[in-house]
Amino acid sequence: MLNNIQLLIDFPVFNLQLLLDGLMIGAIFALAAYGLALVWGVMNVKNLAQGEFVIMGGYIAYYLSIDAVVRIGIPGTDITFFEVMKPGVNPLWALPVVIPIMFGFGWLMYFLIIRYVIDRDLFTSLLATFGAAIVIQQVLNLIFGPDVQTAESGLGTRILFGSVTIQEIRVLSLIIAGILAALVVLFMKNSRMGQAIRATAQDPRAARVMGIDTDRVYAFTFSLNAAICGAAGVLISMIWVIQPFYGIAHSIRSFVIVVAAGLGNLPGVIVTAFGLGALEQYGGFALGAEFQQAVVVGLLIVVLVVRQIMQARHRQVVR
Amino acid sequence: MAISIGRYTRRGALTIMGVATAALLAAPAAQAKVEGDTIILGSAISLTGKYSTNGIHAQNGYELAVKRINDMGGVKVGGKSYKLKVVYYDDESTPARGAQLAERLIKQDGVQYMLGPYSSGMTKAIAPVTEKYQIPMVEAEGASRSLFTQGYRYLFAVLSTSEQYLASSIALAAEIAEKNGKKPSDVKIAMAFENDPFSQDVRAGVMDDAKKYNMQIIIDDKLPRDLSDMSTTLTKVRAVKPDLLVVSGHSKGAATAARQLAEMKINVPMVAVTHCEAAKIVAKFGATTNDILCPTQWAETLSYSDEYFGTAAEYDALFKATFDGYKNVPYQAAQASAAVIVWKDAFERANSFDRDKVRDALAATDMMTFYGGIRFAPEGNNIAKPMVLRQIQNGTYNVVAPSKYASHPVNWPRKAPGS
Repeated sequence: MLNNIQLLIDFPVFNLQLLLDGLMIGAIFALAAYGLALVWGVMNVKNLAQGEFVIMGGYIAYYLSIDAVVRIGIPGTDITFFEVMKPGVNPLWALPVVIPIMFGFGWLMYFLIIRYVIDRDLFTSLLATFGAAIVIQQVLNLIFGPDVQTAESGLGTRILFGSVTIQEIRVLSLIIAGILAALVVLFMKNSRMGQAIRATAQDPRAARVMGIDTDRVYAFTFSLNAAICGAAGVLISMIWVIQPFYGIAHSIRSFVIVVAAGLGNLPGVIVTAFGLGALEQYGGFALGAEFQQAVVVGLLIVVLVVRQIMQARHRQVVR
Repeated sequence: MAISIGRYTRRGALTIMGVATAALLAAPAAQAKVEGDTIILGSAISLTGKYSTNGIHAQNGYELAVKRINDMGGVKVGGKSYKLKVVYYDDESTPARGAQLAERLIKQDGVQYMLGPYSSGMTKAIAPVTEKYQIPMVEAEGASRSLFTQGYRYLFAVLSTSEQYLASSIALAAEIAEKNGKKPSDVKIAMAFENDPFSQDVRAGVMDDAKKYNMQIIIDDKLPRDLSDMSTTLTKVRAVKPDLLVVSGHSKGAATAARQLAEMKINVPMVAVTHCEAAKIVAKFGATTNDILCPTQWAETLSYSDEYFGTAAEYDALFKATFDGYKNVPYQAAQASAAVIVWKDAFERANSFDRDKVRDALAATDMMTFYGGIRFAPEGNNIAKPMVLRQIQNGTYNVVAPSKYASHPVNWPRKAPGS
């Protein structure tokens, strides 16, 4: 470990590599974390299927990127009504496809599950979304199999200062994530639905009195979250690898970011996501790839302890 | 098809068990090891369930060798010719079922000579049973090192064990260093292994061999189970410039390594990765995977040969002609055939059907087959056959090491793709 840190001091250029890699992947973490902050803040539902939404988006991108035979018929039989060869396209084109599909999926999941747990206690919503996460994992496993998959953007790599590599897809992802985040912020500020969402978040009862259909607001919020996660998944599938059971890592990251930033603190979510991305890279470098994700959980513990101390101090003052 | 076999077996099992119980009451179990002029081998193998694909490959391997040996005049013991026959039961890919079936093969069917099941896990379940009844078993599909640390006396394996998977890359690195006028002890190794029993076995093998040559290990990273990013390890690789990078993490390790090596344009003269074929890295990442080394148990291009099947290539051709639907012959089938050849050889050398004499003959096996050399260590693992290394050269896997069996020269140094 000390050797590795010494290495960073001796060759400062590698700091740049880790920082850039971390910031660019952090932008994608920010997307999923922002979706979670939205659902958590507006609906008070802690969605444990967050990572599964990301992976679903990734698998749709992967599926679009490969040549496949699309067959519509009766499963388990040879009866086929319709069969066509689907050529693979660049997975970047999956973005406009994934966003509506995942939005629809979120809507469906809201009306099938979330609607019934939204005003129950914390434990019920955790259990329900955890169950949904397991179902999504297993369905993905049945459809795509347990092997890891990747989607290829076909973009190249640039070299800076002779030894820092920047994958163009990561830069593009940073830009796309930025545009998506800006769109969502603008939407929340300016559109009627955005205003309704913010009103519901402040006080659902008052919002209902004002004539806001809060059920619809909740459904929209949850679907928006699923769509954002799906978009993050498309980017992830082109940068990392996806596998049906990899969702949990993304769920944990989203939780850590939202908890560390504090609810309702959008700039905080973005800064924390960038920070977490960079921290993961440094953790992986200094301690080995095995501890890359352990750093995330470690950060969560630190944040919780610090908050606890701060809150305790606050109470003393009040007393 | 596979499902119907499973059903038949399960239903048949009840009937056979009933009949067998009746027979047991009436008379002591018949010694069915040799019936007339037929030697009976037994195997519980996965014909249904999650291992069924490879289980069926192994069964086909057994059957091809049995047919070949019978066609060539059978097994000669005591001046008489005997035919071989294998009794199979479907273990449904569950270890508990495998152990039950092994017990049934031995106690009720009177089988005295066993062939192995598919996978290390199933072999681990069955070996204690064969050991208890002192029934010799030649297995072809369980590579885990832990099978050979239990002190089993009746277990013999024809395949190379897991710690050998990447060890040959160390030998190759030493060879190349010497050719370039350097000392093997100058070779610097970077290692990245998943933290699971298989990959840690592989790591132990690399460590042993690296120590033998006194090589320096400058990176020793563990990869997580849900690995999706190893860019930090590769950044380290770029910083410390090793001569050899070895990676083992099942197919996710192969996919992640292949992708990020290319994306980050990492320049390491030699890269060896397990599970390249399973991760389909050539199809996924194309020319960027060129010159990556991948270990395999067996390849049809090897120059091994024997009197039964001829060369590895001839085995490959015969297998494809015998069984439909094979584009490539899986090594799982080849090693299963080799296990049957080992039995034949042992019977003839023992010149007896006495179980202990046959067991001692097995232990003294020292032969060449189309699958490679076979000689058992006292622990039962095969120490005569190296793992071979294939290198991805223009999208095809060519054997490059050990040099004795290489079909193509190794491309060295590996250049970062696109540089």
